[in-house]
Amino acid sequence: MQLSRDLLKKAYRDMATIRAFEERVHQEFTKGAIPGFVHLYAGEEASAVGVCLHLRPDDYIASTHRGHGHSIAKGCDVAGMMAELFGRENGLCGGKGGSMHIADLDRGMLGANGIVGGGPPLVVGAALTAKTLGRDGVAVCFTGDGGSNQGTTFEAMNMAVVLKVPAIFVFENNGYGEGTGHRYAAGNPDIAGRAAGFGLPAVRVSGDNFFAVHEAAGEAVARARAGQGPSVIEVDTVRFFGHHAGDAQLYRGKDEVKRLREERDCLKNFRKSVTEAALLTPAELAEIDAEVATVIDDAVKTASAGAVPAETELFTDVYASY
Amino acid sequence: MPLKSTRQAINEALAQEMRRDPRVIVIGEDVSGGAGTDGQRDAYGGVLGVTKGLIGQFGDQRVIDTPITESAIMGAAAGAAVTGLRPVAELMFCDFLGVCFDQLLNQVAKFRYMFGGKVNTPLVVRTMIGAGRGAAAQHSQSLYQLFTAVPGLKVVVPSNAYDAKGLLIQAIRDDDPVIFCEHKLIYDLKTEVPDEAYRIAFGEANIVRDGDDVTVVALARMVHFAEAAATTLASEGIECEIIDPRTTSPLDVDTIVESVERTGRLVIVDESTPRCGVAADISAIVAEQAFGALKAPIRRVTAPHTPVPFAPNLEKLYIPDAARIAAAVRETHGFRK
Amino acid sequence: MTGASLTAITMPQWGLTMTEGKVVGWLKKPDQPLTEGEELLEIETTKITNVVEAPVGGTLKRIVAEAGATLPVGALLAVIGPAGASPADVDSFVRNFRVVEPAKEAVGAQAETLTREIEAGGRRLRVLETGEGGIPVVLVHGFGADLGSWMFVQPSLARGRRTVALDLPGHGGSTKDVGSGDRKTMTVVLAGALEALGIGRAHLVGHSLGGAIAASLAIARPASVASLTLIASAGLGAEINRSFIEGFVRAERRKEVAELLGVLIHDPGAVSRRMVEDVLRYKRLDGVPEALAAIAAAWFADGRQAVDLRAEIAALDIPIQAIWGETDRVIPASHAKSLPKSAAVHVLAGTGHMPHMERAGEVSQLIDRVALRET
Repeated sequence: MQLSRDLLKKAYRDMATIRAFEERVHQEFTKGAIPGFVHLYAGEEASAVGVCLHLRPDDYIASTHRGHGHSIAKGCDVAGMMAELFGRENGLCGGKGGSMHIADLDRGMLGANGIVGGGPPLVVGAALTAKTLGRDGVAVCFTGDGGSNQGTTFEAMNMAVVLKVPAIFVFENNGYGEGTGHRYAAGNPDIAGRAAGFGLPAVRVSGDNFFAVHEAAGEAVARARAGQGPSVIEVDTVRFFGHHAGDAQLYRGKDEVKRLREERDCLKNFRKSVTEAALLTPAELAEIDAEVATVIDDAVKTASAGAVPAETELFTDVYASY
Repeated sequence: MPLKSTRQAINEALAQEMRRDPRVIVIGEDVSGGAGTDGQRDAYGGVLGVTKGLIGQFGDQRVIDTPITESAIMGAAAGAAVTGLRPVAELMFCDFLGVCFDQLLNQVAKFRYMFGGKVNTPLVVRTMIGAGRGAAAQHSQSLYQLFTAVPGLKVVVPSNAYDAKGLLIQAIRDDDPVIFCEHKLIYDLKTEVPDEAYRIAFGEANIVRDGDDVTVVALARMVHFAEAAATTLASEGIECEIIDPRTTSPLDVDTIVESVERTGRLVIVDESTPRCGVAADISAIVAEQAFGALKAPIRRVTAPHTPVPFAPNLEKLYIPDAARIAAAVRETHGFRK
Repeated sequence: MTGASLTAITMPQWGLTMTEGKVVGWLKKPDQPLTEGEELLEIETTKITNVVEAPVGGTLKRIVAEAGATLPVGALLAVIGPAGASPADVDSFVRNFRVVEPAKEAVGAQAETLTREIEAGGRRLRVLETGEGGIPVVLVHGFGADLGSWMFVQPSLARGRRTVALDLPGHGGSTKDVGSGDRKTMTVVLAGALEALGIGRAHLVGHSLGGAIAASLAIARPASVASLTLIASAGLGAEINRSFIEGFVRAERRKEVAELLGVLIHDPGAVSRRMVEDVLRYKRLDGVPEALAAIAAAWFADGRQAVDLRAEIAALDIPIQAIWGETDRVIPASHAKSLPKSAAVHVLAGTGHMPHMERAGEVSQLIDRVALRET
């Protein structure tokens, strides 16, 4: 299916924003401006954007500890995200959640999650709500190859089939569950094949190719909206950074990251595809890059200027009513 | 005697016990790391390096990396423990307890009782506790109160390297399931640690400091903050007796009660949340057993009843510090009925 | 009166790691007369609280360090002098006093470098050596103790000659392999230690079990022993405090250990938390309970001393002295009487089973005198 130029620009803008955000976060983290842990998504952009381009504001997504990409693709405010990472009161969660817990339910983002396998059951619930309230909304769960082995993931897939809810399970297989290779951790490394055994349609696509992801996601979303139940998409992708910023990555092969950035960069591939097919010009892409750079710069400025949360915030929001 | 960090002390305890007893195995997520990759094996040696080097000494059949599947890990460790192995399973962050609580709550803790005393479950679960690294709500809790509440589990909370090694060796040799709680922020603290193996008995508190005015019971990292507070208070003429229980289950009630019978005043410092916490538990026990000796209400210095916040300034407020401890001691010391 | 007749009382060096001490309280007031050996003040260190005795007779002319003061080793605490010494002279003495103390780092480093390991009779032992020259004094501790028990006497003995304190097998930093732990094994180890240390002839000083082992070596190799000092020694009678021995082997907890240490000395209140902690840490080591049990079985089975050295000691032709505490609750002081008449016997009042810690000054002097006679 041919995407419109506007949609192509949006796709590129979103992916470029994610890439620039993560690269900048890495710098800021190394400078010491960001406390705690961050888990960077650079390299996986086609997965988040290829899927989220099909989603409406009232559709939901759940994510993992590696959630910046999904948040941006779902429309979360970039400056608010950066401020959250900096721990400031103008952050998306008032500085109280941090990188691993970025959420914005108004945009249908159920939150990054520090618990591996925490997302899938939540998404079954969100999908159940859509079905119960008679909306044609869908709920998408992004999980890693590490999370694909969690019990909660299996339970959620089974339940989604049993309750026939509009859920989509996207497994971003970047080959590593923290520091352990997927081929060690999964007895059957074919995530899509294993998922199909639960009774739902499952495909594998390459995360190096935005269009492949977008097409598969389109089918899954349409299936769900039409009331035909859940699906699985396994995205074969790569992450350019470590499990967390500061990871020595001793589990990588020699020059592996260098090679991945050269050979498996979904942004590079996208640029090549659209310019070769004369869908967008290099100048237009460069313009988007420049705009994105400004957005990221502004985000860091906003974050740095943000005040730390008031001390009283420690005690608020534990309950809705006290 | 050599100075060693808590990290080294724990690593040494594991290595010495694994050498002594071939049934001891280490199992968990990235306890080595690098399996099934083109990179190095032992890429991590534990996410904070505590189990580094073990796979080199003992091989991948005794130092076992697992998928990310807490329920299966704890369940498998439980099954192995009752059938002849002595597993040391790692629950990377105690916060992940939620994913596998059934294994520990309903299986491991209850086997011996339910089966009429006919089985031992010599399992050790090593797990990280504690806030102060900006790891936010799901990676910073100190959940030993939940473990302590479960009959059948023993719970160890060391505050320093010397105790950590001796308590872990005891835990591995103990035939009961032991939850061994390692505070992330004491991994780098060093004390004198013997090269030889040694055991520290459970239910034996350490009196860190003698004093006659106020008894201060503190756990894990809070022991160090209590010591700092005590130094300040000494210059004001208030002498604290600092007690480090070392284990919350079994708990050395006698040492605490004897101290309170002498001082009449008690402050308990616990980084966990206040409701149904270890501080509340100790308060109730002391109120029951030493009521007549009390000259002031028992004070608890704990985290607030909230999740752990991310923002560093809020996280700092969350964690009890020496100033808060000193303030509580002054109030207790100055209380007159 | 010149300042030459004024004597400085300084912070003592108890143990090579001690860098400072706290004045707990003065037992005499200014202008009170003093006799040599009289108790003067109490000093607390991290390891122990102990009493400093007046080294000379006279009058306590000036107290310089008040109760509660913490001062480094060698600091001036008080001045003793003749009753007629003028305040101006005392002022001048105090003003001109210079502390002679090694740097803190050097002391600690000294202690570390002075302990080393030797191979003795096939077993690895830890030893602490200090001082040089003369006929060496070799110090052998008792059951459950270690070379640290000589901390109050070794430094002053070392001023006159080479001194070596060793950890017996099963104790301190030595191997925990004691074999059967019996008389023969221990004697072989002690003999091997002297050989490894290149010591042909030594003044042997032994406490409790260590006394019996020292005496056993003197019996086996009289030529290698210049003198024998037996402090509250085993091997001189049947009686032994059975509950102490059995309790010590069994003790795992602080309370148990604190109680046992209270049996060891005349004043149970002087047992410091640090002492208890040191013993606890030792008891926890792998192999220690087994080693102690083996030794107890070999030497003190059924609450009686299995080894009787009286006849063999009587046949020895070397200077022997015994030092005992009058209120020794572990091995009765009456055992001293079983030594031959040629032996010098000193029973110290108000002292328990650990004279070398409770009355360190006196014990030092007694050993020193014997050692000086036989240089």
